[in-house]
Amino acid sequence: MAESPARRGALRRPGLLNQLLWVSERSMASEVTPSPTGDELIAPRAIRPIAEWLADLGAVVIGWITSLGNISLFTLRTLSWMFARLPRRDTLLPAFYQIGVLSLPVVALTGTFIGMVLAVQSYSQFRMLHLETRLGAVINMSLVRELGPVLAATMLAGRVGSAMAAELGTMRVTEQIDALASMGANPIFYLVVPRFLGCLLLIPALTIMADFMGIVGGWFYCIVILNIDAHHYWEHSQAFVGSFDLFSGVFKSFFFGAAISLISCHRGFHCDPGAEGVGRAATGAFVYSFVTILAIDLMLGILLDSIYYTLWPEAGRLI
Amino acid sequence: MRSARPISLCHASQEFTDMMSRNTAPTAHEHDAQQALIEVRSLHVTFGRQRVLRDINLHVPRGQTLAIIGESGCGKTVLMKTIIALVRPTRGTVLFDGSDMFALRERELSQQRTRFGFVFQGAALFDSMTVFQNVAFPLKEHTRKSLEEITSMVHARIREVGLPLSVLEKKPAELSGGMRKRVGLARALILEPEVMLYDEPTTGLDPIMSDVINELILRTRRRHPVTSILVTHDMRTAHKVADRIVMLYPLSRLSADESQILFDGTVDEIDHADDPRVTQFVRGEARERLMEIGEAV
Ligand SMILES: Nc1ncnc2c1ncn2[C@@H]1O[C@H](COP(=O)(O)OP(=O)(O)OP(=O)(O)O)[C@@H](O)[C@H]1O
Ligand SMILES: [Mg+2]
Repeated sequence: MAESPARRGALRRPGLLNQLLWVSERSMASEVTPSPTGDELIAPRAIRPIAEWLADLGAVVIGWITSLGNISLFTLRTLSWMFARLPRRDTLLPAFYQIGVLSLPVVALTGTFIGMVLAVQSYSQFRMLHLETRLGAVINMSLVRELGPVLAATMLAGRVGSAMAAELGTMRVTEQIDALASMGANPIFYLVVPRFLGCLLLIPALTIMADFMGIVGGWFYCIVILNIDAHHYWEHSQAFVGSFDLFSGVFKSFFFGAAISLISCHRGFHCDPGAEGVGRAATGAFVYSFVTILAIDLMLGILLDSIYYTLWPEAGRLI
Repeated sequence: MRSARPISLCHASQEFTDMMSRNTAPTAHEHDAQQALIEVRSLHVTFGRQRVLRDINLHVPRGQTLAIIGESGCGKTVLMKTIIALVRPTRGTVLFDGSDMFALRERELSQQRTRFGFVFQGAALFDSMTVFQNVAFPLKEHTRKSLEEITSMVHARIREVGLPLSVLEKKPAELSGGMRKRVGLARALILEPEVMLYDEPTTGLDPIMSDVINELILRTRRRHPVTSILVTHDMRTAHKVADRIVMLYPLSRLSADESQILFDGTVDEIDHADDPRVTQFVRGEARERLMEIGEAV
């Protein structure tokens, strides 16, 4: 068949990045060639179970690395679309409403309870040492640094993350994502970027809400119910909880929000067919988000601590 | 129906070899290869371990209406989705208007896709939007038309597919299957794209509505030059609208060296096709498949 040079030029090999991006859009499953399993290995009967076990382990590890690569590319694409242009208001507002406004009551409620529970649990110990008024420092410190951000993120993952995964998963299964793409709208830009922005920008507000309501809950239990001296309660709180603590909590929450939205949307985009697939995407979104939240929390906790002691070396010597 | 010709088996296999050689030799269609708007080049698609498409070559010249037929599960939908790059081939590629669909950047690909209209087999309407929002979606996304203009265009399209305007405020879940399909058709047509890909547009519709859709496909072609690929099981539709018919065959029933495209020719040619598998499909006869079912039971 005769070909014009121009046409041959058009048939250039797709770039590596392009190929990688593709792989991240469609599930890897379609590209994998069958690999030899344990059965096909030439192995004496005795070590065959071990070989099989190793093969299974290898498959799991490869699966993990693949999904890690997949989600990294997914993140890159989301970021590149986000910086390319801003989504339209009619896609942004519903996402913000869903993520921010509707999550506020649950976060406030659970925050209040956590504050009270903290008071209940630590009161008897502190009482034995006659340090009741120090409860303010303990409760408010743990709320602002740890529990507020983690609680808000957990509620967001449970309420919004799994809903996003189920919603996008259903869209994948019923070909709505394909339909979107076929009409020249980029599904990442149209579906993921608004949700990502919503989680990223609104989770600090949710965190502050959880902090605030937790503090209110702790105050209510300590002062109103246990009759601890309010003046010293607040004095100790003020002495120990600084703006760096508030900052570190809010700073962490940005990462939590980004992780929740990316993991959940990614789960939805790579949903297996059928109702079962959608269900698995929804639970997977929550479980992976939660694990990731705690892992990020640990790493950022260590990082922020070392920053704190670098900035204020004398802080460690105060107590 | 056409009179059935007696088929002697050895005769048929002789004819079949002739057919095959005719398929590999340059056919009339390949003269148009230079102007081909869509060119599918040695396309292979594999899902996991299942091979669905093997070495598909297809040239669709500008302005042609091509019908793809073939039994359920042979890969027609996958082929259509590969053409607009929704499925990535394991090997081979698709050239659209001279550019490789799989070498484009995301932005360029989106741009190229606006030149297509795709009617999904299962309609694939956005279920969070009303019918109006669904049909207006491409207009809002790609044009700067005012709301009045959009409304009048949506109304025109909805009437064209034989739906009452009262459906506009409904959600897709409140419609019947056939109605949904027609909304999908209206949505695909609204930008008057250069290429229409219809995946079984008349399946599940009553005979009258099927004919309305056939007429609509013809009318669309008359109104502006459009290249169409149409997947159908309905030979009436194929006869009525197609310039050319391609028949795919499931890979599982083919030997390794056979082409997956069993037939490629005009509508008249398919009535006189020599391959027994083609005539079996065209006439809708179960033949040896009954034996397979018998074995299974
Ligand atoms: N996303 C996918 N993942 C795995 N397998 C798939 C996928 N899509 C299609 N297949 C397989 O590819 C084959 C061809 O499917 P396709 O939908 O193209 O059939 P079809 O010719 O359109 O059939 P029908 O006429 O029933 O619509 C089927 O056997 C199906 O199992
Ligand atoms: Mg199909």
